[in-house]
Amino acid sequence: MPLSPALLALTLASLTQAGLLLVAAGFALRILRHWDLNSGSERQLDLERRTYLVATLVAWVFGANLLSLLLFVYNAEQLSTQFVGAMCATGVLNANAWGWPALYLKMALFFAGATWLLLNRVDNQAPDYPLVRPKYALLLLIAPLALAEALIQWQFFSGLKPDLITSCCGALFGPDAQGVAAELVGLEPATSLAALYLSGLAILVVGLLYRYRGWGGRLFALLAALGFVIALAAIVSSVALYVYEHPHHHCPFCLLKTGHDLVGYLLYPPLFTATALALGIGLIRIWHRVPSLAGVIATEGRRLVGLALMFFGLFYGVATWLILRSNLVLLGSG
Amino acid sequence: MRALLRRQRYLLDYSLSSLARRPGKHLALLLVYSLVVFLLASTLLFTQSLRREAALILADAPELIVQRLVAGRHDLMPADYLDRLGQLRGVSDAYGRLWGYFYDPAVKANYTLLVPRQEPPVPGEVRLGAGVARTRGLGVGDYLSLRSARGEPFSFRIAGLLEAETELVSSDLLLLNAEDFRRFFAFPADRFTDLVLRVRNPSEVRKVAEKIALALPDTRPILRDEILRTYDALFGWRQGLIIVLLGGALLAFVIFAFDRAAGLSAEERREIGILKAIGWETGDVLRMKFWEGAALSLTAFLAGYLLAYAHVFFFAAALFAPVLKGWAVLYPDFRPLPFVDGLQVATLFFFTVFPYTVATIVPIWRAAITDPDQVMR
Repeated sequence: MPLSPALLALTLASLTQAGLLLVAAGFALRILRHWDLNSGSERQLDLERRTYLVATLVAWVFGANLLSLLLFVYNAEQLSTQFVGAMCATGVLNANAWGWPALYLKMALFFAGATWLLLNRVDNQAPDYPLVRPKYALLLLIAPLALAEALIQWQFFSGLKPDLITSCCGALFGPDAQGVAAELVGLEPATSLAALYLSGLAILVVGLLYRYRGWGGRLFALLAALGFVIALAAIVSSVALYVYEHPHHHCPFCLLKTGHDLVGYLLYPPLFTATALALGIGLIRIWHRVPSLAGVIATEGRRLVGLALMFFGLFYGVATWLILRSNLVLLGSG
Repeated sequence: MRALLRRQRYLLDYSLSSLARRPGKHLALLLVYSLVVFLLASTLLFTQSLRREAALILADAPELIVQRLVAGRHDLMPADYLDRLGQLRGVSDAYGRLWGYFYDPAVKANYTLLVPRQEPPVPGEVRLGAGVARTRGLGVGDYLSLRSARGEPFSFRIAGLLEAETELVSSDLLLLNAEDFRRFFAFPADRFTDLVLRVRNPSEVRKVAEKIALALPDTRPILRDEILRTYDALFGWRQGLIIVLLGGALLAFVIFAFDRAAGLSAEERREIGILKAIGWETGDVLRMKFWEGAALSLTAFLAGYLLAYAHVFFFAAALFAPVLKGWAVLYPDFRPLPFVDGLQVATLFFFTVFPYTVATIVPIWRAAITDPDQVMR
């Protein structure tokens, strides 16, 4: 493992996060067993007080996770100089089998954390905290995820041997490669762009329906999740090409480089935020029949869907702008 | 939205005034906090600038250097190898280099003697690196006397000094003419120190290196990318090593922060009790304490980072340079180019603000759940 400060920082952060979430999971077990809002016992009082601590801890853990996700990608980008054949983050993530799983787990943890925080927010607005049990049960599911993330990231870092010949994005996203990435690249730009805009349209329509009619919250979440995958595929298969103005450069990470005006930072954060918000809506909708929550969920849902649509709009707007300003002609004869 | 912002503003307002009411208590923490940030930031900034410097210098370096090995040791390169390598496809230029080291007993230091390819000095003259000139107290027009390999005294007139911008690499440099070099070292006429190849297409460099290894098995091709990578790994490793060593200090800081946050005075407890009695909720107290921590962290982070910035870029990292730079008798006077890097700031955040926050969450929560009647009684 290269003993670089960013790797040490990431390891420290993920171990701390996993540790804190394990503590929180221990508390979640106690909640599941002993929580009883009607009881005035000392134990219940203690549990109620501890929920503040655990909610704060968890909020911090997820905040730190967001930052470490950024640092992880940025760091992979910077490590690329130390590997033969790696020209950007893709090459580094390919350096061993654990690179991509570590990134995926970090992303999964981000979405899990964001939806949990939304759930927590909604629950705190009802006087009788009706979601305490589901909330902490969910935490029990998230804690192993954080643990796995810490372990796999450790595997990834400790398996990094500078000098190793890895394949760079040219090889991974090239026509001869196989696997998911190659499938994404193999998509026709016309197909992927059509899918991108269709999914965008569907998200908009269902989002507006939910905002003004209160229909289709879960459908919105589902469409957003689908839209997220389609958006990532479209970035790899066509939007990136427009940015680099090169018909065979598919890398999703080079977008984050200064050489390409850092446009990646305009694309990814809105997309991730919007998807997280939409998933949160889908999750809280499950409890919209709980009497003390019905009003809260209706208002929160409208607010969140507005925000999610705004961020989705930002993402689709930026993507369209990138395509329009490009000199590359992929569709038609130009 | 506006109500939320206003609420946070009032909480921040309150936390700041509460910090201002007890400046002594927080000053010690602020000092230690800033010091920790300063130490870490200095290390990161300085090594990073060394890396950048190395990359900048090597950007103009040749793509390939070929050295001859005899019994595993670096040996002189026969001149006829040059013709054989120059014919390899993909090589746009090939030339032999003459360079070597000279130990000067007068100042107990090693010089690097080099014959520049472009504009070599006329016979009898040299151009000097600033480090050599400083140590020997020489200026343009003076004479530098050295003992040659055969024991004869050699006198060079100093034609010029090398620019200070490149001092990290040119500090110990002595540029001279090829004839002088061969006579001074009694260097065989049909030999070079090593050979240099220019390869225009970067993707062909490895292939060319492979061909060399096949055609001339007694040589070793060194790629510029390999040198760069090694520097990168080396500086990264030194950085990491220092941070591991500073880990003890970091741990002490975390314990200190925990202790500070845990040891609330009776007066502070009373204050929280009163706040809760007049209607503050546990969440509000937590938020207020969070703003307090944020204000402290931000101040310490900025102060520490700015101090480190000044230390590295204006005072040439006087505290760490000997460890991080490597060692040599002729220390170059190195002024790194100022820069700020997002990765570094994020890394620094994880080493300082993150542990501080984690350490203080539990004590803060303990304070926030205090019952009003308990403390006011």
